[in-house]
Amino acid sequence: MSKYNQVIYANINESNSWTLDEYLKQGGYSVWKQILSDQSNKTSEWVIEEVKKSGLRGRGGAGFPTGLKWSFMPKNDDQKYIVCNSDESEPGTCHDRDILKYNPHALVEGMAIAGYAIGATVGYNYVRGEFMLECYPRIDAAVKDAYDAGLLGVNVLDSGIDFDLYNFLGAGAYICGEETGLLESLEGKQGKPRFKPPFPANYGLYGKPTTVNNTQTLATIPKILEKGAKWYADFGTEKSPGTLIFSISGHVNKPGNYELPLGISFEEVIDVAGGILDGKKLKAVIPGGSSTKVLPAEIIQNCTMDYESLQDADSALGTGAMVVISEGTCMVELLKRISRFYYAESCGQCTPCREGTGWLYRILDRITNGQGKESDLALLVDVAGRIEGNTICAFGDASAWPVQSFIKHYHHEFEYMIQNKGKTLAA
Amino acid sequence: MSEVLTTETIKEIDHWLSKFPVGKQRSAIIGSLHAAQHQNHGFLTSELMDAVAAYIDVPKIQVYEVATFYSMFQTKNVGKHEISICTNISCMLRGSDEILSHVEKRLGIDVGESTSDGNIFLKQEEECLAACTGAPMMMVDHVYIENLDIRKVDEILDRLEGKS
Repeated sequence: MSKYNQVIYANINESNSWTLDEYLKQGGYSVWKQILSDQSNKTSEWVIEEVKKSGLRGRGGAGFPTGLKWSFMPKNDDQKYIVCNSDESEPGTCHDRDILKYNPHALVEGMAIAGYAIGATVGYNYVRGEFMLECYPRIDAAVKDAYDAGLLGVNVLDSGIDFDLYNFLGAGAYICGEETGLLESLEGKQGKPRFKPPFPANYGLYGKPTTVNNTQTLATIPKILEKGAKWYADFGTEKSPGTLIFSISGHVNKPGNYELPLGISFEEVIDVAGGILDGKKLKAVIPGGSSTKVLPAEIIQNCTMDYESLQDADSALGTGAMVVISEGTCMVELLKRISRFYYAESCGQCTPCREGTGWLYRILDRITNGQGKESDLALLVDVAGRIEGNTICAFGDASAWPVQSFIKHYHHEFEYMIQNKGKTLAA
Repeated sequence: MSEVLTTETIKEIDHWLSKFPVGKQRSAIIGSLHAAQHQNHGFLTSELMDAVAAYIDVPKIQVYEVATFYSMFQTKNVGKHEISICTNISCMLRGSDEILSHVEKRLGIDVGESTSDGNIFLKQEEECLAACTGAPMMMVDHVYIENLDIRKVDEILDRLEGKS
């Protein structure tokens, strides 16, 4: 696999890849230093244009073009903020954790450059609370070492540029991965998403203009500027340029995080992950984290792993977290577990989501307990439809899509279980 | 100074306070509660929450709101060692349900309960902890342990129970 781990993960197998020395040895901070010493050529507009040309899209799941997002920031003298979303918690997803652990300086440099591009002199990196001992010490040490080396702070390397960076630790709440829920949490409140508009670019942290980007997105920036937008874009396809880190979990022989070119065939991805576990047949894949729609084997086998192909298949690339499911797995039990997650994690702010996610879980629970009724499948679809599109944030939609897609593709398994008092068709 | 919070906790709270602009000390509530909970071996009391509110100068209700919203904060007495077993889909597909039932059986408690000697708290079934490629996994006193099997789990429990 020559095209494997080329950008963000390029150095992660070096010993001590997380240290400043090792990062500098790999050419780290060269872009940040170049910008600081040559601001008349390396303007903020130049940075934004390069990022636009690279085609980089937000890797947190939504896939919004990063350069375009940055260009929304107002050009006034207001205090502005760059915030990194390291609240990695979409079920199936665990690649930001490895960035924080093995390549934290790429994130520090990426945040400094992003701050420069959007005119933010302060950055916060919001790390999920459970990472307290797992990878927070690494990213915290990286920030400290960058300060000690004079790469952060007031008047960095005599450039006249200020950039302060702070790590923040959450305390356990999936909803804080939603960018405005994250900002509320960073302000010390319950992580309940804000109604939009206004968007964070106009009203963000402490009411000031703010850009929130995902860890992988920001950690990619230094390499894009070092090697050129075209170099990065050429890894992928025309519409999905660059690379993506896939977290491949579930029924494969070698689960892992693999940085691969976008547009790679599904078959190749499964090869990289060592094939299906125990030589079984593939049944289905949840392609981009639990919020994306499940795809049966016969559909995903014809897909390439990029934004367009998966959208055409009526699912989404999401976070690139592929949960691989082999034959013999009960799809009703799996959906029940997914629905329990959304029920547990709903922030409770919007009635359709707060009440609806409970309905979904309880109906699925009674089906698996042999108490299901013939009318339950229509009821599930009805409740899901009443949540979708009727909530402040995308969490509501994310709770509805798995239900709709599991029932669409595996209707017969649900029906069988209802008719046979909880007995699964899958065993 | 506070009589409830230890010097160590206060030092930690000051560290969090230093990260935010003047007047935005509310942002330090989460970090402060982590410190206060750590001081008290894993759970918060009203006394501790009130002391945090007084020290960072925010209304008590703002501290209570945070303490009750986030899953890492415990507001009831729980066991000293915290075990969280992930049972979300990636772990479920790799056998987390058997891991969980084994631990429940061995400790003689259900999820959400602590052992009667106050030694181990088996946290209510845990949502995805972002270690999906190392499934099944669990977190013991904030440390991630991946690729679990029953033998590995037993070794960890032996250690927590002081048997090894």
